[in-house]
Amino acid sequence: MAERIVIDPITRIEGHLRVEIEVKDGKITDAYSAGTMVRGIETILKGRDPRDAWAFVGRVCGVCTSTHSLTSVRTVENALKISVPPNAELIRNLMANALYIQDHVVHFYQLHALDWVDVVSALKANPAEASKIAQSISSWPKSSVGYFTDIQKKFKSFVESGQLGIFANGYWGHKAYKLPPEVNLIAVAHYLEALEFQKEIVKVHTVFGGKNPHPNYLVGGVPCSINIEEANAVNAERLAFVGKLFEDAKTFVDQVYIPDLVAIAGFYKDWGAIGGGLSNYLAFGDFPSNGYNNPESFKMPRGAILGRDLSKIHEVKADDPEQIQEFVNNSWYEYSKGDKTGLHPWEGETKFNYTGPKPPYEHLDFTQKYSWVKTPRWKGHPMEVGPLSRMLVGYASGRADYKEVIDSTLKALDVPVTALFSTLGRTAARGLETKLVCGWALEFYQQLLANIKNGDTRTQNNEKWEPASWPKHAKGIGMVEAPRGALSHFIVIEDQKIANYQLVVPTTWNASPRDPQGQRSAYEESLIGTPVADSKIPLEVLRTIHSFDPCLACAVHLYDENGTHIHDLKTY
Amino acid sequence: MENHKPTFYEEVRGNGVSRRDFLKFCTTMAAFLGLEASGVAQIAKALQSKPRLPVIWFHFQECTCCSESFIRASHPIVANIVLDKISLDYQETLMAASGVQAEDAYKAVMAKYPGEYIVMVEGSIPTENEAYCCIGGRSALQILQEAVKNCKAVVAWGNCASAGCVQAASPNPTGAKPVHKVISGKPVINVQGCPPIADVMAGVVVHLLTFDRIPQLDGLNRPKAFYSRRVHDTCYRRANFDAGLFVESFDDEGAKRGYCLYKMGCKGPVTYNSCGIIKWNDSVSYPIQSGHPCIGCSEAGFWDNGPFYQHLPGVAGFGVETTADKIGVGLGVATAVGIAGHAIVTNIRKHKEIINEPAEGSKVETTKE
Repeated sequence: MAERIVIDPITRIEGHLRVEIEVKDGKITDAYSAGTMVRGIETILKGRDPRDAWAFVGRVCGVCTSTHSLTSVRTVENALKISVPPNAELIRNLMANALYIQDHVVHFYQLHALDWVDVVSALKANPAEASKIAQSISSWPKSSVGYFTDIQKKFKSFVESGQLGIFANGYWGHKAYKLPPEVNLIAVAHYLEALEFQKEIVKVHTVFGGKNPHPNYLVGGVPCSINIEEANAVNAERLAFVGKLFEDAKTFVDQVYIPDLVAIAGFYKDWGAIGGGLSNYLAFGDFPSNGYNNPESFKMPRGAILGRDLSKIHEVKADDPEQIQEFVNNSWYEYSKGDKTGLHPWEGETKFNYTGPKPPYEHLDFTQKYSWVKTPRWKGHPMEVGPLSRMLVGYASGRADYKEVIDSTLKALDVPVTALFSTLGRTAARGLETKLVCGWALEFYQQLLANIKNGDTRTQNNEKWEPASWPKHAKGIGMVEAPRGALSHFIVIEDQKIANYQLVVPTTWNASPRDPQGQRSAYEESLIGTPVADSKIPLEVLRTIHSFDPCLACAVHLYDENGTHIHDLKTY
Repeated sequence: MENHKPTFYEEVRGNGVSRRDFLKFCTTMAAFLGLEASGVAQIAKALQSKPRLPVIWFHFQECTCCSESFIRASHPIVANIVLDKISLDYQETLMAASGVQAEDAYKAVMAKYPGEYIVMVEGSIPTENEAYCCIGGRSALQILQEAVKNCKAVVAWGNCASAGCVQAASPNPTGAKPVHKVISGKPVINVQGCPPIADVMAGVVVHLLTFDRIPQLDGLNRPKAFYSRRVHDTCYRRANFDAGLFVESFDDEGAKRGYCLYKMGCKGPVTYNSCGIIKWNDSVSYPIQSGHPCIGCSEAGFWDNGPFYQHLPGVAGFGVETTADKIGVGLGVATAVGIAGHAIVTNIRKHKEIINEPAEGSKVETTKE
């Protein structure tokens, strides 16, 4: 007899996610993922100035902060046919690079590590042994016996206080934790260091965007001006600061994040065969090195992989109505042509239809609609998006930098390439990608310096700034690789106002409920077959769900309380 | 072990922080809180003798930018203290436990520390239908109302919890409401901003720890220490405003020289926040310094306060600004929308007089107090 287990809230994510699983004979036999919060930002955007949209959609998410704003300015620029100056492209790349580094480091240490690291076990560690291990895997200077002794002492007094704060009720002592106490101690030390590090790298956003979270963006370029003879603009001091932030980030990633990742992964190789889930991967690509309208120049290539066939990359076109479609058969919305229909975002509709139980409730009924997340499909296929998809597309595209980091890591861990299709593969891909991003950021930085040296300081294209210069009707698409995966926005502008705005978001792809064919999306599929040692303690479920780095506020944003159609684009 | 509650100071020392650094932290916080020198000793004393404060931090309709800002607190010791030294017993972004184990954590605090714990809220509460935000099968409203019954005070983080923020912008499809509209009988501190500045968040926590009472609040329940100054009055570009030196389009010559962004839509004249004083992310910059107008994110209803790039009305009425204080008094109780015209007219009066003077670059601000 299968046992039904509810995990709600799933913590250490962004937003509100509920997972229900069925466990039989110690393995998950079925899984359901539900988004349980809505806000309705797309409805709110209607009728507003398209140049303001970046700020509204920026507030879709404060964890992957800036990524929706970037997508939005690209979307509006695509609709109005605006090209941004090369410096603006580079500064946007640098800001996105900084986000990747901050977001992936925080994910690994603050959001994911506690699934693998038993912090209480660190109290039993021998600091001298921990020091020896740390020095054997990295040249990071904070590795002395004294350092680990202090960290342990600090943590011991914390635990002995009896007020465990964020570590209260954790799964400490669970038999699925495999790290020796010394490695746990190193991880605890780096948990604290990562917390300090992450607030540094975001200063790239503060320099160029004035603040973080939620830095400022601008349609046509970037808001900051460059003037190397002026204290009130991006000058040599500001640029040197940015350069140092990226140099420090590279050091931290190379000497802390990657060695920790490899060391921890070495104890969890069995997770290289768990949590694989779907066999289809989608990436929009990003980080243009020669203009956003030239995808061949992207550092991250665009493409789709079907059936784990790495010999073929399928072409992805977001504006093709046959490629991307969204379904609502299991989401709390309804379509005028019936809920089994799939609609391209250009023709999308959002009609609210909450049929779930009135809170408080114990269970959701999965024979009916059960989530606020819609279900997107690519050519009818459920697709995984995120770091693993990007690394696979880069690898399958034959990119040398991708092949190098992936092959060397597989070799270091002594695992086959198929180990990538797993929970462990997803977590490793995120780290390896961060390493690549650190290198690209320094390249973009050098290009920015070279441009300025050559006399190009332009950061903004004002040609189409005034709404009077816009066509009566315009529509556009913006595509970004957000840290969590392929992100796209769709806009329709009519009479200088937003007539429609729609977002198809990474976590929508991954966390969505089943489609009309009954196909599971990534979260649900990846949980099938996962071993669960103790059904009251959902540690294994958290490992796989966290390997996707869920962002539910992003995934759930559609809503219209009156049940009117807010996305009827058929006239365009 | 259960009843041993180490003081804040013991915790800090236990974490290897020297007494000197501890006092430095107290001095920094005293400065942020606007205290005189004697306040340093008061903070130090309080932190050495008081036990850790149990905190339950809820997430409702939000984007987690407040949690993200919180972990950016810039003084090194602040990140440690605020994460570990208050007892942050429930915080969905950071806590180890999920599901039942997570819910047990906050229920334990409510049972163990009645009247002593603080409830912090990130996000608004949907009222159109409670099912729009559910955690563990219960609605945000049910969870919040139960948790505040026996709490000491409520901290509403950011614009969502203070004023509803983006989801409450017209037409507010989910009926999103701020904390103070759905609970009663408890003090609510609105720590405004989207998000609030990290060091302001830390400063509010330290105030609660130190003085064992809520900070003085303005008419919108914002701590006066951080929200009594207009961004406009504390802006380092104010001299350019007074001198009539404006950015006319983004990245023009004026922009490259750091002129005033008023004509680009800056909402600094109607926005109360510490951006010009504390600045962001370890005082690296703030929006205006990085070339973008203030969008007014610490004010209620700022999303509906006109398009961001349309300048505030009232440029025509130049003349001498009599007192900045008067405007401040009016603003404390007014809504952001209501004050827009009034504030800008008054401030721009000064402009005409100054624009006629020749020494534009060297003009020193002479606001009368």
